[in-house]
Amino acid sequence: MTEFKRAPQISDAVARRLAQRHRAEIRFQVYGLSAIGVAILVLLILLGSIGYKAVSAFSAHTLTLNVVIDPDLADPRGDRSESSLRRGSYNRMMQTALETEFPGVTSRAHMRELFGLYTAVNAAGLLQKVVKSPDLIGETVTYEMPISDDVDLYLKGRSVEERFEDVEAPLSLIEHEDGVALSSPAPVFEGFLTLVREAYITRAEAAEARASAAFDRASLPGIDAQTAEAERANAQRELRTGELWRERVTRLNTEGLTLQPDGPRLLVRVNEGVVRVTRLSADGRSAEGEVVLPLENLAQARHWTRWILETPASAARLTDRQIVWTRALEERGFVKKRFNTWLFTRADSREPELAGVLGSAIGSVLTMMVTMLLAVPIGVGAAIYLEEFAPKNRWSDWVEVNINNLAAVPSIVFGLLGLALFINGFGLPRSAPLVGGMVLALMTLPTVIISSRAALKAVPLSIREAALGIGASRMQTVFHHVLPLAAPGILTGAIIGLAQAFGETAPLLMIGMVAFIADAPSLSLGGFLEPATVMPVQVYLWSSGVERAFEMRTAAAIMVLLGLMIILNAFAIYLRRRFERRW
Amino acid sequence: MRSQFICVDALNGDGKLVDDYTPTAKSGATYHPLTGNLPIKVATTGVDVFYADKQALFDVSLDIPDRSVTAFIGPSGCGKSTFLRCMNRMNDTIDTAKVTGSVRIDGEEVNDRSVDPVVLRARVGMVFQKPNPFPKSIYDNVAYGPRIHGLAENKEEHDAIVETALRKAGLWEEVADRLDLPGTALSGGQQQRLVIARAIAVNPEVILMDEPCSALDPIATARIEELIDELRENYCIIMVTHSMAQAARVSQSTAFFHLGRLVEYGPTEEIFTNPKDTRTQDYITGRFG
Repeated sequence: MTEFKRAPQISDAVARRLAQRHRAEIRFQVYGLSAIGVAILVLLILLGSIGYKAVSAFSAHTLTLNVVIDPDLADPRGDRSESSLRRGSYNRMMQTALETEFPGVTSRAHMRELFGLYTAVNAAGLLQKVVKSPDLIGETVTYEMPISDDVDLYLKGRSVEERFEDVEAPLSLIEHEDGVALSSPAPVFEGFLTLVREAYITRAEAAEARASAAFDRASLPGIDAQTAEAERANAQRELRTGELWRERVTRLNTEGLTLQPDGPRLLVRVNEGVVRVTRLSADGRSAEGEVVLPLENLAQARHWTRWILETPASAARLTDRQIVWTRALEERGFVKKRFNTWLFTRADSREPELAGVLGSAIGSVLTMMVTMLLAVPIGVGAAIYLEEFAPKNRWSDWVEVNINNLAAVPSIVFGLLGLALFINGFGLPRSAPLVGGMVLALMTLPTVIISSRAALKAVPLSIREAALGIGASRMQTVFHHVLPLAAPGILTGAIIGLAQAFGETAPLLMIGMVAFIADAPSLSLGGFLEPATVMPVQVYLWSSGVERAFEMRTAAAIMVLLGLMIILNAFAIYLRRRFERRW
Repeated sequence: MRSQFICVDALNGDGKLVDDYTPTAKSGATYHPLTGNLPIKVATTGVDVFYADKQALFDVSLDIPDRSVTAFIGPSGCGKSTFLRCMNRMNDTIDTAKVTGSVRIDGEEVNDRSVDPVVLRARVGMVFQKPNPFPKSIYDNVAYGPRIHGLAENKEEHDAIVETALRKAGLWEEVADRLDLPGTALSGGQQQRLVIARAIAVNPEVILMDEPCSALDPIATARIEELIDELRENYCIIMVTHSMAQAARVSQSTAFFHLGRLVEYGPTEEIFTNPKDTRTQDYITGRFG
């Protein structure tokens, strides 16, 4: 047997370096992977938070009313002409429908609350219906409309923290002048008193803690006399606050509780009606209250429900009565949850429940059409000239440097240019998609030119030589051979540029496209000159809306915007695949 | 310029340059002194080419006979491709390139302002080192030239031109049933024959070939060489090659370039068996290059 030959020895220095090289490579891969991981995580958080908020905007609660079309109200002149029908008081008919639903509501203030469940703007929809078919006059029309945004939020459980507690204890009801007196042999309201008492104690303790902290600061060594004095005064003030809360606890324990609208409220659902409790006795056995929803009878009840609203009425932007009526309407089947079609079929509105993205989507489409028709041909043409025909000299170098500079110019500057040139110079209307599209085209041009030039440059010389060698002119070479091969790259660049323009807000600010536009521009030639807004601007406008419902609609609009972006990019990838050719 | 020229010569220890050949530089009707019975197709006198400030070709004068294969050999960067590209003004496409001197085809000055390079390139076809079919169908590749030059009136005439060109290029049998296939899907050798067919389709007088076989395997090379030999009957073929064996096999006359200068030009047999210049001898015996 011969001995095995040993593998050639690697010198120690090489071996050490080899290990080092392997480690460096692994380290680099770990960096790369963690970078991708962080990116994906952030993206998921972003999409998750937007999606979570947006989901509730994609559904909406509706209020269905059986409206009697009163001939006197609908047709004041009585000739059934359109002008007469348009003068009708349709909101009054809707109000009547609600009134018949809640006959107990008589005071003006309560009626105003009742009619606050929907927006009067909805009367326009009913008007349209009647104008379309005047035969409806005298009939009963089932009219479905979005419920007020605050009610919608409440029904989605987003604004009011409430609790229903079923009680098995006798409850006697005695009616008197101002309402009803409730009493039970068991301490049925003790729990609610405890809830309020604990809230008072928590506040007292918090004030006392703040006082002791202020005292500590006042006795810190080295503190100057003036600051110490101020801290001491502060502590005294906090102590007094604490005492006040303690006093309230004592009063609650001895005299009972008068319910405040800024604290938790108690409703009692009994005998098919609802009583809003105004006063509780200290022993938790009896209460005074006003009837919100009429009771069927005043018999002693064994099964009834405590309905506790913990959120202050001011924060919910709903009164207790409205909450009760909403639940009653829901039980009677007049309030339903359905897909929010208004979000996609309506333009902007002051009322969140009636606000939609359609107007801004049409504005975006019109604007992008102008941008595309201007930026793509001009940009690609400029790129072809500069890349294929222009002599390489100082002049063309200068042009190239300036195009690269333009790509880095802040977009708002293009807005200023558009304002000065198109609106003040050419006298074009403000807020028009035509002007917006022209401004965005200016902004997109450098991107299109640069990416198109890169795509043209990437076409191999051999193809140009082949065409020129056979006797094609320069233009034939470019248009028959170079351009088709560069098309995927040019398209990608153009669509990236357009996507950028699609999401742009700043330059449109200057030309008045950041505006409240309640009518969607028409999808016609005239639409290019009508006032419009675009989707990112709509997102911006809604994000500064006061109503909380706008917060969700903002997220929903962002989702729609992102969805359109994804469609646009998918289209770009499709075009690329389609035109891609190997050589 | 002259001093540099002498310097190079001195380095090689030879004072004389192409002593037995003087370009006639006259009309196309003149018979070529090297081949005797063949008329001169391309005549050049004092061609200099500059790329920006760098001179790539020095004072090249040379006559090329019709209906034969002329090979340009020489080490890389010696200017043979540059010279080849002077004949169909492909150097025009390079911004910095400047060509001076005279190139005449059938006595007509190529560099004249009145000559449209588009018309010139229809007369002088070119085949490149790397097969460069268009990323279109085989049919469109061949029909493109006739189409842009308006050589055919209708579909039938186009079909006829395509078939003839493909037959001449020896590709018809292989692709007749799949003319819709993209030209780029063919093998390297087939692609190069397709490119030759594309050049033939516009019915040129001169075909320039810039190292047509350097990207091909030996079998495909043999096929192309055979084809070149067949095409010689009807065309004036000028080819640049790095393979001396190929030059010896295919060409009738050979020109040897070195450092931008024409060193020696003569019948192929003579260049390979009895070179006059020591540089030529060194190159063909493989001492440099």
